[in-house]
Amino acid sequence: MALDPALIERAGDELYDAYRANSTIAPLRDRFEGIDIVDAYRIQERFMDRRLAIGEDVVGKKIGVTSKAVQEMIGVFEPDFGLLTSVMEVEDGRVVDLDRLIQPRAEAEIAFVLKEDLNGPGVTATDVLRATDHVRACFEIVDSRIDGWDIRIQDTVADNASCGVFVLGEDKVDPRDVDLTLAGLLVEMNGEPCADGVGAAVQGSPLNAVAWLANTLGRLGMPFRAGEVILSGSLAPLIPVKHGDSLIAHIGGIGSCSVGFANGGAAGFPMTDAARAIIKETAGA
Amino acid sequence: MLDSATLDRITAQVATAQAAPHTMPKLTEVYPGLDVEDGYAVQDRLLARWLDEGRELIGLKAGLTSKAKMEQMGVSEPSFGILMRDTLDPEGSIIPTQCLIHPRVEAEIAFVMKDELGGPEVSIDQVLDATDFVQPAIEILDSRFEKFKFDLPSVIADNGSSARFVMGGRPRRARNVDLRTIGMVMELNGEIVAMASSGAVLGHPARSIQMLVAWLHGRGRTLPAGSIVLTGGATAAIAVKPDDAVIVRYQDMGEISVRFG
Repeated sequence: MALDPALIERAGDELYDAYRANSTIAPLRDRFEGIDIVDAYRIQERFMDRRLAIGEDVVGKKIGVTSKAVQEMIGVFEPDFGLLTSVMEVEDGRVVDLDRLIQPRAEAEIAFVLKEDLNGPGVTATDVLRATDHVRACFEIVDSRIDGWDIRIQDTVADNASCGVFVLGEDKVDPRDVDLTLAGLLVEMNGEPCADGVGAAVQGSPLNAVAWLANTLGRLGMPFRAGEVILSGSLAPLIPVKHGDSLIAHIGGIGSCSVGFANGGAAGFPMTDAARAIIKETAGA
Repeated sequence: MLDSATLDRITAQVATAQAAPHTMPKLTEVYPGLDVEDGYAVQDRLLARWLDEGRELIGLKAGLTSKAKMEQMGVSEPSFGILMRDTLDPEGSIIPTQCLIHPRVEAEIAFVMKDELGGPEVSIDQVLDATDFVQPAIEILDSRFEKFKFDLPSVIADNGSSARFVMGGRPRRARNVDLRTIGMVMELNGEIVAMASSGAVLGHPARSIQMLVAWLHGRGRTLPAGSIVLTGGATAAIAVKPDDAVIVRYQDMGEISVRFG
């Protein structure tokens, strides 16, 4: 039994208001009886339509819930997706303004940039290789508009798959030149190794995750166009971040991506050594 | 420091447990004074005993190299152990489990050294310069303590739970690969059971060798040319039983497989 359209609208508006106010709301699953994944995508559509109405543009998609561990945690057996918009992109090596985020966590991923449309269903990993212009190391800074990250699949899908902002590394690599399944990841936080992973953690291969997305979008009649950016899913567990932290991800055969975090002042500036020193001085203040 | 006669007694006990093989009580329960240095003194005695038996030393191994294991054991540097030539098995071989108690496998990067390395603070560059090649390795661990429950002095005396090891796959010059980001995927009977990046070992497996050389220097020793060094498990240790097949795929370094009989 699908949720009433009025309820879909109300839930989407609640998420939009929380996004605008940088605040959180109680989990939807307890308040909207019978809410299922289809309802959740309709709520996401309402939430994102409101954001597009204030001038955000769709630049790509993100795939979430791609690892076995996370799927088991929230009780599902397939990934989910959300939209990437123009206001989410942060340049490689810059500082993210923590004041625009609520409860951020970092994920290191492999990003795909398409050179051809991918029209599912029927898309295979081979089609993804053919249609991909390049892959890059990236950070997705996920964020939740749900109280304390207390999410099940319906909550995160409705909340645009918990997307916050993302950072694409400058290095671009042709996917024909790298074994994406065996690409190793090392993340360093403030100069110390803090997480590692490998491409196979994402649906056996990040290519499988992108093929899943193409087929899912095809079934829903949603476009998947040349030029779009796809964040294919986290290679390592989530990393909580705070003021003063800087992260760098190295992905074997692909390249690096770095990002810093600060409240207010230094946000948007490049992470020069001087900026790092200032952020460090004010960290914990 | 325990007295020499006690250390001899512990050494005999460990050597017997390893050869049988069988488990033994945690050594610190029987010998409460046993500390880390005593553990290494037992290792030295084990080595002397094995050399007397005509066995050969082929290299050294580092253990407890991941952050998780270090925190679990409350240490800030790896533990070290010795590798005998007759514990190295060829890739593709079938390892008899009758000679093992409760084996576990870990995937890691092995270094084969071409030059001697010594000194208190060798750099990563010096380690790479002294390296002949790096190669995939699977270490077969087998603690001589019940359920792999041990403390630091006990596990060191048990030679870091060392049992056997396998090297294979594609050798690479250390400078031609990024040793922070070699992805590894371990399959047990066709199913993925563990994954890691080589950087899981201290951010870079050559750091294990840096710390090994510093530790050797503190004992007036060097890392000899020609040594094999196992730099420490990057993946979790996975339990294996007879008829299991293990294969580990490495980014740009091929793969290595072993079976258990």
